Amino acid sequence: MKTPSDRNSMTFASITPNEGLKIAVEKGRMGVLGELSESGLKGRGGAGFPTSVKWNLAAAAHDTKKYVVCNADEGEPGTFKDRFILAEFADLMFEGMTIGGFTIGAAEGIVYLRGEYTYLRGHLETVLEQRRKAKLLGKNILGKKGFNFDIRIQMGAGAYVCGEETALIESLEGQRGEPRNRPPFPVDTGFMGHPTIVNNVETFAWVASIIVKGGKWFKHIGTEKSTGLKLFSISGDVERPGVYEFPMGITVDQLLREVGGEGAKAVQIGGASGHCVHQKDFSRKIAYEDIPTGGSVIVFGRQRDMLAVAKNFLEFFVEESCGQCTPCRIGNEKLLEGVELLEKGCCSMKYLRELCSLGETMQIASKCGLGQSSPNAFLSIVKHFQDEIMGRTAIE
Amino acid sequence: MSEEIKTDRAPVSQRAHKVSAGINGDALGAKVTVQIDGNEIKVPLGTTILEAANELGIRIPTLCNHADLCVAGVCRICVVEIEGSRTLQASCAYPITQPIKVKTHSQKVRQARRHILDLLLSKHYGECYACFRNNNCELQALAKEYGVDFFRFGHPSKPFYEVDRSSYSVIRDMNKCILCRRCVRTCIDLQEVGVLDVENRGYQSKVVTYMDKLLGSVVCINCGQCINRCPTGALRANDPTDEVWAAIDDPKKHVVIQTAPSPRAAIGECFGLEPGKALTFELNTALRQCGFDKVFDTNFSADLTIIEEGTELLLRLFKNLVKGDHSQPLPQFTSCSPGWVKYIEHFYPELLPHMSSAKSPQQMFGAVIKTYYAKKQGIDPKDIVTVALMPCSAKKFECNRPEMCDSGYKDIDYGLTTREMAQMISEAGIDLPNLPKSDFDDPFGTATGSGIIFGATGGVMEAAIRSVIELVCGIRIEKLFEHARVMPVRGFEGVRYAELALPQIGPVPDLLKGLVKDWEWIKGATLKVGVCHGTANAKKVLDDIKAGGQFSQCHFIEFMACPGGCLGGGGQPIPTSPEIRAARARAIYSEDESYQIRKSHENPAVVELYQKFLTDGPCGHISHKLLHTHYLSRGKYIA
Repeated sequence: MKTPSDRNSMTFASITPNEGLKIAVEKGRMGVLGELSESGLKGRGGAGFPTSVKWNLAAAAHDTKKYVVCNADEGEPGTFKDRFILAEFADLMFEGMTIGGFTIGAAEGIVYLRGEYTYLRGHLETVLEQRRKAKLLGKNILGKKGFNFDIRIQMGAGAYVCGEETALIESLEGQRGEPRNRPPFPVDTGFMGHPTIVNNVETFAWVASIIVKGGKWFKHIGTEKSTGLKLFSISGDVERPGVYEFPMGITVDQLLREVGGEGAKAVQIGGASGHCVHQKDFSRKIAYEDIPTGGSVIVFGRQRDMLAVAKNFLEFFVEESCGQCTPCRIGNEKLLEGVELLEKGCCSMKYLRELCSLGETMQIASKCGLGQSSPNAFLSIVKHFQDEIMGRTAIE
Repeated sequence: MSEEIKTDRAPVSQRAHKVSAGINGDALGAKVTVQIDGNEIKVPLGTTILEAANELGIRIPTLCNHADLCVAGVCRICVVEIEGSRTLQASCAYPITQPIKVKTHSQKVRQARRHILDLLLSKHYGECYACFRNNNCELQALAKEYGVDFFRFGHPSKPFYEVDRSSYSVIRDMNKCILCRRCVRTCIDLQEVGVLDVENRGYQSKVVTYMDKLLGSVVCINCGQCINRCPTGALRANDPTDEVWAAIDDPKKHVVIQTAPSPRAAIGECFGLEPGKALTFELNTALRQCGFDKVFDTNFSADLTIIEEGTELLLRLFKNLVKGDHSQPLPQFTSCSPGWVKYIEHFYPELLPHMSSAKSPQQMFGAVIKTYYAKKQGIDPKDIVTVALMPCSAKKFECNRPEMCDSGYKDIDYGLTTREMAQMISEAGIDLPNLPKSDFDDPFGTATGSGIIFGATGGVMEAAIRSVIELVCGIRIEKLFEHARVMPVRGFEGVRYAELALPQIGPVPDLLKGLVKDWEWIKGATLKVGVCHGTANAKKVLDDIKAGGQFSQCHFIEFMACPGGCLGGGGQPIPTSPEIRAARARAIYSEDESYQIRKSHENPAVVELYQKFLTDGPCGHISHKLLHTHYLSRGKYIA
């Protein structure tokens, strides 16, 4: 049994500081890209794009300026593992960003820090200052001529959508935080029109760890398509909520045993935009090829009303949609109205089917990942808990 | 970080993307094969699916997309299915960079489009038959195209927002807004005025002015370009048709109307004609049938404007170049476009001394009608109602400016747009395109081609050059430019610069004898002129002047608030596009060539006016009282 949020039990604690950066400089850019490719590391923010592919594209792009952006806009409901890394392993994350700068040829890194994490800013600035003093940031890092890199912190203003990488870049540029049309992708046309890699806090920390321990080590953990270790934020009806490190591919059952969540009725994996997994599917794996996640696990005990859960998530999306595209802006409102009808017991099967079909449209026709994933929770709850949500009588 | 100064104001999320040379560098300029609904076509790399489909003649519906604006990709009505892709893609925003297979009407696509339409309709308040865009609404057209026969997700039964009627020019009814953001992109990106933007997120997002203030109290320049691009009836011009009918119906009132060239070149579009056919003389008949007592040609006062503005230019040149008096600095700016006037008053008030003090043709005409004409006809000016048919929404604001009362009355009582006039004509049951032709009324009847071309960008400059060259050089303009076509200032490029060497000097014509002794001081000079249209281009020119660039060396610059000039004005028929504006320009230039007299100073009615009424000549005392105005340094401060 693991202890929640136990710093010393995590792999990150065992990595010698700045070892990865030294090795990276010795191995050269191609060496780093080779190691990452070997490791099979995929983005830890949840989308699961192979990190080595992203970095390769940015490294190959021809431009005088490139940028490394750390997505620390941890806004997914039920996610707090990045906060843990920022508080406990900020140095490792900055090291990963520096390796990123070295690899793609960027001289500037930006941490886009969630507005609610303003209290962490002082700590992060202190760590950055220490790194500058130790010549781990600045000009000719580690004595390598021409290896110039520095990092600054920019605060977000609290919009969930700014966790989407192109909306994040818009926000960095001082615009209204709204997702761009893709393609072009940020590796091609990113911050200020220059090639940019945007990676999650955790991804950068794993990059530094992989360079030290080797791609092979990482690859041998997890499943074939989802390699390595991952941090999870566990919350809800469990005995020991907190941040845990588990290998990818862990089943929901195993995970619940580790955190004291046995007997749950359902588990929401991947936050508000993720999927609601029914008890009968607890043998499924948490992995990109099965149930993908950015690390948020919310456990629902027997007493939970699943319709209330769906309502809560939809209220969230109705608020947090950026309002650009029609399916997400109005679609979520209609789904929420549907849930309110269900609450009163006056949503017909026909209309519920229409709403589910609308949900499918939202999944394929919305502009960005937020809109595309916003109906997921609603659809999976309707699918798995139809008996529970239908046939209610109006509360007087 | 701040070393990069961005010139585009629109966010990248709402701007056309470029195919990057970074990754596809080798392939730039290459062609790529795309298959759409089984039809193959080779297109240049980076072509959007929508463009490729258009080329194949395959129709994909659009709402937020507009030929004049940057890509947004927000309405999602144009989604298509790409083989191998989980999600649908907005065809307006998806660049083709590799061979793909596209389906434009698969089951998924049809269902998504229908859902999107139903969602939009669930938020679109109002009934089609009670809307000025009835039968000319893109949302309504799509509802028909997709067979919408019930409101799947409901329909609002009451309005959410109060209609903003505060502006003299533009009315905003946000209950009909579908958040396609064309108006936002028009205002920020096309015109660079930036009055409109989106506020809030999600279901609360809404198009607003600064602090959601009334449109009449923000820095809106009234150009109405947003109206021309709104797909629904959310934006419309402030319509005085009822008041105009009431005046016509009042037997005590003498109602006169002046018609500008641009509405004449475009009004046929409201009656189903192809763009590019002018109905000038049919319109005269229609207006008389509607009940207007007299129909005058704005070209008369356009010619008058040229004389006044051209004389002012010559006086400015003399003051600046000979006397060293820079109180009225060069270059002189034109002042006929009321949207432009308000733009400079808000955004560059420090440059107001450059503005010509000449009123616009509309206002000059009003002042002349309520003085000279009233006296000549023996009508009490208080009984005269002056109506102006203009391509413009800003003209409505202009005629309500408090200083525009130099005749002792409101110089112009009502400004009508092309669309409103078409509405009046159809309400009267008149079949405009098939009417017999009839001429304008005296005493201003005879027009010149120079007045006509005011409607196109570069037209004011061309008209001014025709007259200035002839008055100063004493030669026929045709000697310098074939068929009097001053080609260097024509065209649709956003900003144009031209130099014209004065080949010789002639005797001072009678008209100007009171002002200058001879032309010796200007002998051998080269006239440097600039032309720009659209306030975004005006901004470039003004910034260049402030930085001491090329345009600061100009003598005279024409500014038009609207892209294309008046023919693209905010009161013109909807829709608008570069092709439609080019067709209207062709109509205007061919009308110019059909006139016997094509130079303002040769207009006999103008000559007579100076002989009998404005007896102290152009820029003289009387003309200053009636035909010139002053400006307000408004700035950007909003109370």
